[in-house]
Amino acid sequence: MPAIIQVKNISKSYTRDSFAIPVLNDITLDIEEGEFFCLMGPSGSGKTTLLNLIAGIDKPTSGNIFIKDTDITLLNESSLAKWRASNIGFVFQFYNLIPVLTAYENIELPLMLTHLSKAEKKEHVEAALNVVGLTDRMFHYPKQLSGGQEQRVAIARAIVTDPLILVADEPTGDLDKNSAAEILVLLDRLNKEFKKTILMVTHDPHAAEKASKIRHLDKGDLI
Amino acid sequence: MKIFKLIFKNAFRHKLRAFLTILGIAIAVIAFGVLRTVVTAWYVGVEATAANRLVTRQAVSFIFPLPFTYRDKIQQIPGVAQVTFAAWFQGVYIDKNQFFARFACDAETMFDVYPEFLLSKKELETFKREQNSCVIGEDIAKQYKLKIGDVMPIEGDIFPGRWEFVIRGIYKPRDKTTDATQMLFHWNYVNERMKKESPERAGEVGWYIVKIKDPSQSGNISKQIDDLFKNSNAETKTESERAFAQSFLASTSAIITAMNILSFVIIGIILLVLGNTMIMSARERTREYAVMKTIGFSGSHLVGLIMGESLVISIIGGALGLTLTFPLIQGLEQVIPKGFFPVFEIEPITIVLAVAAALSIGILSSLSPIQRALKMKIVEGFRFVG
Repeated sequence: MPAIIQVKNISKSYTRDSFAIPVLNDITLDIEEGEFFCLMGPSGSGKTTLLNLIAGIDKPTSGNIFIKDTDITLLNESSLAKWRASNIGFVFQFYNLIPVLTAYENIELPLMLTHLSKAEKKEHVEAALNVVGLTDRMFHYPKQLSGGQEQRVAIARAIVTDPLILVADEPTGDLDKNSAAEILVLLDRLNKEFKKTILMVTHDPHAAEKASKIRHLDKGDLI
Repeated sequence: MKIFKLIFKNAFRHKLRAFLTILGIAIAVIAFGVLRTVVTAWYVGVEATAANRLVTRQAVSFIFPLPFTYRDKIQQIPGVAQVTFAAWFQGVYIDKNQFFARFACDAETMFDVYPEFLLSKKELETFKREQNSCVIGEDIAKQYKLKIGDVMPIEGDIFPGRWEFVIRGIYKPRDKTTDATQMLFHWNYVNERMKKESPERAGEVGWYIVKIKDPSQSGNISKQIDDLFKNSNAETKTESERAFAQSFLASTSAIITAMNILSFVIIGIILLVLGNTMIMSARERTREYAVMKTIGFSGSHLVGLIMGESLVISIIGGALGLTLTFPLIQGLEQVIPKGFFPVFEIEPITIVLAVAAALSIGILSSLSPIQRALKMKIVEGFRFVG
């Protein structure tokens, strides 16, 4: 399978009080299309930073990242926003749903940036809700849902635009064991059944079991 | 879902806070509207002045009278079309709280010089013919339920004694700014009684109103009038009617200026209140803005969301305030003595200013949170702990 994500010699450092703090050191990595790729490592190892760089929400200090032949490190903020809208689906550790919107409306949110008709949007949202098994909760607000259900809504929001890549940052980190298992089954299904390329960051070995490939980061180095 | 729905949902996320902010804006708009209405009501007399009228008064002070004999001399000056005169009568009608202007005037010429007082020909002729008659403005007639033929008893103070005037005419205002709260009666009637009771005060008028043919000559004619009576016992000061009206306001100009400033200070305060609300709201939503940016929402989307939310609150507050201002002004009009502010209503410019203020508050108060949201990096937004 061809590499859908090519990370070439990426370094990232933060400046704090005039001191440069290196986070990633010359990382090179390929992720193939349809892969369920897992990045593991202890806290502070740089895994979330690498995920953010690949997802185009942060900029590297040096190096290049190609996503299907597009070097996203060369895109400006506005172009990156458009690129993210059509290529990346995000799943966060703390779900990050908008509390004043229902499950349906939260899932519909990314579709506001598209030119789909109302009927088409409805079709997409219902399909996403069906995939995550929450059609009966579509008019519930986040506070009326359990943590696991909230994360399923977040996954539905991530897949509703049918993105190229799904990135998940500690998707089970805030869930109990059973809910975490359900989420992992869902991600596995999205990978196997819907052929989604998934890049997941976790420090939980149980979560990583579902991945088809696992790499470890330690102190900014890929090992 | 449309972006407007999201804006509305965000605006009312904290219902109590939104309600209190809207109430604050509404109260500010009401205060602004009332203060502006008082200020414009104060200036109505100036607005109602005519360019072709001069006022000649005693040079020392308005309260000192002028000789009646000046009339014919003023009339002789080239460029003068007509001369009329009046005297402040004051007196008490019913009780001292019933305030409206009462003038002894020249019945023959008064309504020629003041064409904005609309009186039927029949009523005018009757008024001119009957010495003890009077003409009142329609607002006075409405307020005291007076009609033609009724007698208005006045207890005199400047001109002591009991006076009775028979209403022979009720004038209508030609313009919105025309004072319809005046009572006018014969100077001759007052003067004849003065001849008997206080002969030393007979033959005196308060001021002359000089109608001129060419308004551009007002300065020249004013000088000619004043030169005519230079070094006399009663020197004159002649000025345009507008300048005369403004000189009345000069004594209260500090109050009016203070009210003007206060009306805008109120808007400034409420700008800070809404600004604070918007900053708090935006701060609480830092992570949400980060999520929205991550999903692909651009800077212009965030500008629309934040400014839209601020505008929703300010527009609702402004609309509520304006809606409540109208009945409040009507209520105040009933409470304020009729003659105090002859015209007391919300001017269109006040409405325009109130709407502009509400919109400006909405836009300006969103600028700081917008700047913050735009400058925020996504990864920093996710790390933010509110």
